[in-house]
Amino acid sequence: MSEPALADHFDTLDQQRRAGEFGIWIFLATEVLFFGALFVGYAYNRTLHPKAFEHAARETLVWAGTVNTALLLASSFTVALAVRAAEAGARRRLATLIRATLALGLGFLAIKGYEYHHDVSKHLIPGHPEFPLHPEATQIFFSFYWAMTGVHAIHMVVGVGLWTAALILLRRGRAWPRRTARIEAFGLYWHFVDLVWIFLWPMLYLVGRAQ
Amino acid sequence: MSGARAEIAAFLALLALAALTFGLAYAPMGPGNAVAAVGIAVLKALLVAAVFMHLGARGALLRLTALVGALFLAVMFLLTFADLLTRPG
Repeated sequence: MSEPALADHFDTLDQQRRAGEFGIWIFLATEVLFFGALFVGYAYNRTLHPKAFEHAARETLVWAGTVNTALLLASSFTVALAVRAAEAGARRRLATLIRATLALGLGFLAIKGYEYHHDVSKHLIPGHPEFPLHPEATQIFFSFYWAMTGVHAIHMVVGVGLWTAALILLRRGRAWPRRTARIEAFGLYWHFVDLVWIFLWPMLYLVGRAQ
Repeated sequence: MSGARAEIAAFLALLALAALTFGLAYAPMGPGNAVAAVGIAVLKALLVAAVFMHLGARGALLRLTALVGALFLAVMFLLTFADLLTRPG
């Protein structure tokens, strides 16, 4: 069942790797636009309702967002080291680093889950009859909060799935060059998801804290 | 892990910048708060792209691809705010 290192539609391993990398970057460029539309919408509405956005943002759990920032930055670090381990052919180190990444990613999702539970218990849901904040534009902030953190969390779940798949692939022992390209591709995706959070954290958790 | 010096430095810089973001968020600076938050976030994003994603080292094609994403994002912001910020009244 083992597949050859070089797929038959490529001439060289280098060409195969470059094509794969290029493909991932094109995908990431489309992801920039996908999240970008939400960022533009957020900036537009925050410009229209600056006070309401500050008021609403103070209701988010700042410790949860901040701890999650640290977890994601650490996971990007373990992923960067994992890519190096893959390139060096250090299988055991690679497996350890992937497990560390999975632990950090699952920790992020666990905190996110706790946070959502907290938000729901406070009725911080746009359109909820007992939505606690005024003016109404505070609900616009929470529309963006749920949409942006929700879509980001879905990306995190996909990332956790990818690393789990990588661990399984590693155990089956397929040809190295191809798997290294795969680890690099998963790594680029993971870093991008971290990159989105780098912007979400100050936009959704740190706004209006200076009052 | 001798060859990971750049990654370690980038990680420490990212943590320091995150701490700076957090501290500045509680300092009353008016519109300066948003400028500082976005400015530091851009810096952190560039660090991740350059060091963790090897964007500088893997050829012009990939840099161009990333740039196209950023460019269209800029167009989206520019056209939207060209309208919003120039409305009379």
